[in-house]
Amino acid sequence: MKTTVNKQVIIGLISVVLGLLAGALLMLITGNNPFEGYNYLFRGGLMNIERIGNTLATATPLIFTGLSVAFAFKTGLFNIGASGQMLFGGLCATAVGLSFDMPRFILLAAMILAAMIGGGLWALIPGFLKARFNVHEVVATIMMNWISYWVIYYTVPAFFKGEFLETESRNLPAAASLKAPWLTNLFDGSFINYGLFLAVIAVILIEIILNRTILGFELKAAGYNRFSAEYAGMNVNRNIILSMVIAGALAGVGGATFYIGYASNIQIGVLPSLGFDGIAVALLGSNAPYGVFISALFFGILHSGKGFMNAMTSIPPEIGDTIIATIIYFAATSVLIEKGVNAVKAKLSGMKNKEQESVPAEGGR
Amino acid sequence: MEYIVEMENIRKEFPGIVANDNISLGLKKGEILALLGENGAGKSTLMSILFGLYKPDSGQIRVRGSDVSITNPNQANDLGIGMVHQHFKLVHNFTVTENIILGMEPKQGLTLNLRDASKKIKELSEKYRLNVDPDAVIENVSVGMQQRVEILKMLYRDAEVLIFDEPTAVLTPQEIQELIKIMKDLKAEGKSIILITHKLKEIKAAADRCTVIRKGKFIGTVNVAEKTEAEMAEMMVGRKVSFSVDKKEQEPGEKVLELQNLSVMSNHKGILGLRDFSVDVKQGEILGIAGVDGNGQTELVEALTGLRKTESGRILLNGKDISSSTIRERILSGIAHIPEDRQKRGLVLDYSVEENMILEIYNKEPYSKNYILNREAIRKHADKIIKDFDVRTGEGAVTPVRSLSGGNQQKAIVGREVDHNPDLLIAVQPTRGLDVGSIEYIHRRLVEQRDNGKAVLLVSLELDEVLDLSDRIAIINNGELIGMVKASETDEKEVGLMMTGIRKGEQS
Amino acid sequence: MWAIISQIFPYAMAFTAPLLITSLGGLFSEKSGVVNIGLEGLMVIGSFSSALVISTFQPIYPEGAIWLGLIAAMAAGILFSLLHAFASINLNANQVISGTAINMIAGALTVFIARNLTGSGNIHIMSGLTRFNVPLLSSIPVIGKLFFSQTYMSTWLILLILFVSRFVIYKTAFGLRLRACGDHPHAADAAGVNVYVIRYIGVMLSGAFAGLGGAAILVTYSGEFNGSVAGLGFLALASLIFGQWKPLGILGATFFFGFATTVANVSQAVPALAAIPPVLLKTFPYIVTLIALIIFSKSSQAPKAAGEPFDHGKK
Repeated sequence: MKTTVNKQVIIGLISVVLGLLAGALLMLITGNNPFEGYNYLFRGGLMNIERIGNTLATATPLIFTGLSVAFAFKTGLFNIGASGQMLFGGLCATAVGLSFDMPRFILLAAMILAAMIGGGLWALIPGFLKARFNVHEVVATIMMNWISYWVIYYTVPAFFKGEFLETESRNLPAAASLKAPWLTNLFDGSFINYGLFLAVIAVILIEIILNRTILGFELKAAGYNRFSAEYAGMNVNRNIILSMVIAGALAGVGGATFYIGYASNIQIGVLPSLGFDGIAVALLGSNAPYGVFISALFFGILHSGKGFMNAMTSIPPEIGDTIIATIIYFAATSVLIEKGVNAVKAKLSGMKNKEQESVPAEGGR
Repeated sequence: MEYIVEMENIRKEFPGIVANDNISLGLKKGEILALLGENGAGKSTLMSILFGLYKPDSGQIRVRGSDVSITNPNQANDLGIGMVHQHFKLVHNFTVTENIILGMEPKQGLTLNLRDASKKIKELSEKYRLNVDPDAVIENVSVGMQQRVEILKMLYRDAEVLIFDEPTAVLTPQEIQELIKIMKDLKAEGKSIILITHKLKEIKAAADRCTVIRKGKFIGTVNVAEKTEAEMAEMMVGRKVSFSVDKKEQEPGEKVLELQNLSVMSNHKGILGLRDFSVDVKQGEILGIAGVDGNGQTELVEALTGLRKTESGRILLNGKDISSSTIRERILSGIAHIPEDRQKRGLVLDYSVEENMILEIYNKEPYSKNYILNREAIRKHADKIIKDFDVRTGEGAVTPVRSLSGGNQQKAIVGREVDHNPDLLIAVQPTRGLDVGSIEYIHRRLVEQRDNGKAVLLVSLELDEVLDLSDRIAIINNGELIGMVKASETDEKEVGLMMTGIRKGEQS
Repeated sequence: MWAIISQIFPYAMAFTAPLLITSLGGLFSEKSGVVNIGLEGLMVIGSFSSALVISTFQPIYPEGAIWLGLIAAMAAGILFSLLHAFASINLNANQVISGTAINMIAGALTVFIARNLTGSGNIHIMSGLTRFNVPLLSSIPVIGKLFFSQTYMSTWLILLILFVSRFVIYKTAFGLRLRACGDHPHAADAAGVNVYVIRYIGVMLSGAFAGLGGAAILVTYSGEFNGSVAGLGFLALASLIFGQWKPLGILGATFFFGFATTVANVSQAVPALAAIPPVLLKTFPYIVTLIALIIFSKSSQAPKAAGEPFDHGKK
């Protein structure tokens, strides 16, 4: 058990290194100095308390979308619709925030709840289609992404039009934002907000659900082998729907932390890439909640540092996305890395064996 | 007589296991050579090497006297070696012709020349009396016909050496007779045949010589006419085996399971897979279901366990109608199920042994409380089954089930199901693919259930197994109950005929 | 009504063509047994590389630049699809993840390079293909106005490829092997067909066709590369399902989507359509796809082994 975890960590690290190398290569090809580039990239993410705060704020929605993808994956489902779910969840939260005037705590709780329900509902449809009609969830969630995109595209200008721009909603009042003055001040005016705490709670909660509860036992059984889960009398269809709804709710809250925490309004015409980044986060974190947490922080650095790098060098900020995308590819082809790791291990143990050959062999294994 | 194929000192190792340890085999021209061995003895590996699917670690292959190295099936084809695989390699939505020409398509300009191919196939089919329609689509033809398509595929490629890998597993006793006749016809035409099997009766009926291997090692080659079945069995297993099961006579008790006019849909739209089926199973008896694969057994078992809904009729368990109960409710009311496919249904291969042992009871105390799993109780439960049922694991309860051998996986399932102390144990193909030791062990456990006054429903495609274990035998054909016989008063011939749908009174 | 329809039709045709060719690419990939969810990214690659080539060559070689661009798009699509082929065919990677990676790499990398070149991340071309009326045919009543007026050359090229593809898939030895690999790769393997090679060809064709699809957008109605093809690649994937993995079915499905999308785009300008909430028109194709998925879920014609890795050693 322990060895497999270690192996996952090694594979993850190698994927990251390969991704960074690919990024370096791109910088070289485009006539930039990769050392300089990475220097500014990481400094942009970490160099002072404000930037660390921003990195954490950037990582927050990624933790949620990563958890969303990972949770569905554990049940054998591919949630490629985290983008649409977080968009719709974000719309629900924003709608509540702009429409009601309540005491702050109750308002925020209502907004988060609305995001959860919105995201969950958005995932309920593909979950139901999968369970009832065996419609492949990948295609269904992609369709839901675009439906979400257009619903937001028309809903926001129609009901929550911004003061200056047609393409975004009004700004949320301070009471309806996850940002808190004490936090903002603590991190020198950064975007950090209560969303981070929600994310930490979510990580712990999902870890417990997956590994300690009978729900997790059932969901994983269905994910590993739907037929034996059925055989054992588990309600597989209910579990598929439940798993998708939980995944959607996670993405929905992720949307809330993005639109009412990191940002203060919701924009139209953008399918947030954080949903797709969630796939990378989950993959790199080998679908384990703690792994998701760490890899989301790493991607947070890349995302929050790329602007600074762009300002200080002539390297376009898309290098960050390119590196993330490359890491997914390497994580997807981890078989190759695994083979490499195994070969190195075999070589190392071969050397060990040779050393031991002088010692009389005793019993072998 | 000259050898057409010689394999000498073939060795093949897989990580952790020597599948073939210096095995030698020689096939003479125009003979039928049986390759006999238990499941896992290394027969398939050896033939895969001959067919170019695996590369041997060492050893020599000679075809028609000259050394060859066969690295892919194409080379085997070029050397005139063809194989009928156990699982047919046919594309379900292609016609017979398309399947046969795949890989060596006759062309006319840019397009396929299906007409000529179809004509040639028709001629071949007539020559060897295979009775195959070249234009039929595979998914619409019977299993026996599919096998003959596979044979045609080899003949179309002018194969001289034909390898049959466990060809009778999917056939009725009558179809087996036909197949043996076809093989003899092929032999008469000068073809040489290797028949891979673990069934002694078929070897006696078809083969000239028999090469026996055991646990990857070469044991010997014998003339079939000079050896009895028991002698060959002993060579195969390495000790005397009696295939009969010790079983005391006992009077069955109350009805545990009663099926009343049960009808169940098949996977094909609108067609009943089980029709008006009525049987009962009593305490302290084993009821065997005999039938050819795909005649309603799956529908019967799935309807009983709740995996499939019933169309009409009733299922009574201890007098209570359970036909609309959920799977979970049926498990709780005393049905245990050893499923047909242990890896697909019976186990979650990525779970550990202990997790698999609570697959049906994880939500009951002490294994969980307030939705939280109790690791300690789960471990204890698994340890007990591992000990009681002699499940050999690498690291005990935390071993991933995937890494267990087939026999131990099956023992774990049997242990789990028997541990539920069920009133009715449904055992489907409980010994498929296992070695003789595990088969004997599982047979003993099933009889033990019966001796303890439990009801056992045994569904098996191995007619011998059904005949040996059962007290009564229900014969199923095309979804209908053809008849019910007492195991002590019947024989293979009678049951075999009934399996083809001929009722008892109609037999001549 | 007639006036509206005859006005919309040429746009619908123009919109259908890239969708059709991309979906056709997806068909080759899936028929060979590899699910290619990276069509969207491959279209982006095609759009980018054609924009790059055309904007470079247009000043020096105005007549041929566009065709050079189309060829470049196909070549780039092939090259990029090799990433997916390698991951799916040689490494047995999860094909959905690999395809997602392709989409993300394409989106990020092309904009990254474009920014290095233009600063803005967008690439304009001076002019695209010009529309023309097909001689003679365009004067046929009704049909001429609908199908043969104001057309692009690329549309006819794509339709030609459609019919050639149909011939190849159903009438040739390659087609037989291709279909066998998608339905039962072990049967093909046992018959001596090299499954790996066939699958590589399938994926590379999807790269070429999706690349051409991306370029077709550029040279017909868009005229500018901006790092996205707005989900058309996914719509092409949906068309594949909607068209039940048959070339003519795909033609029907993509035309349906093309027409629906055009209607949604022009709805504000047409009084008869302005009454319908635009959100309904925009989401219409996606909702229809979901419904189609439900309808076809019982009798899917999907290649049986699509998405499953093939391992030569396993039997």
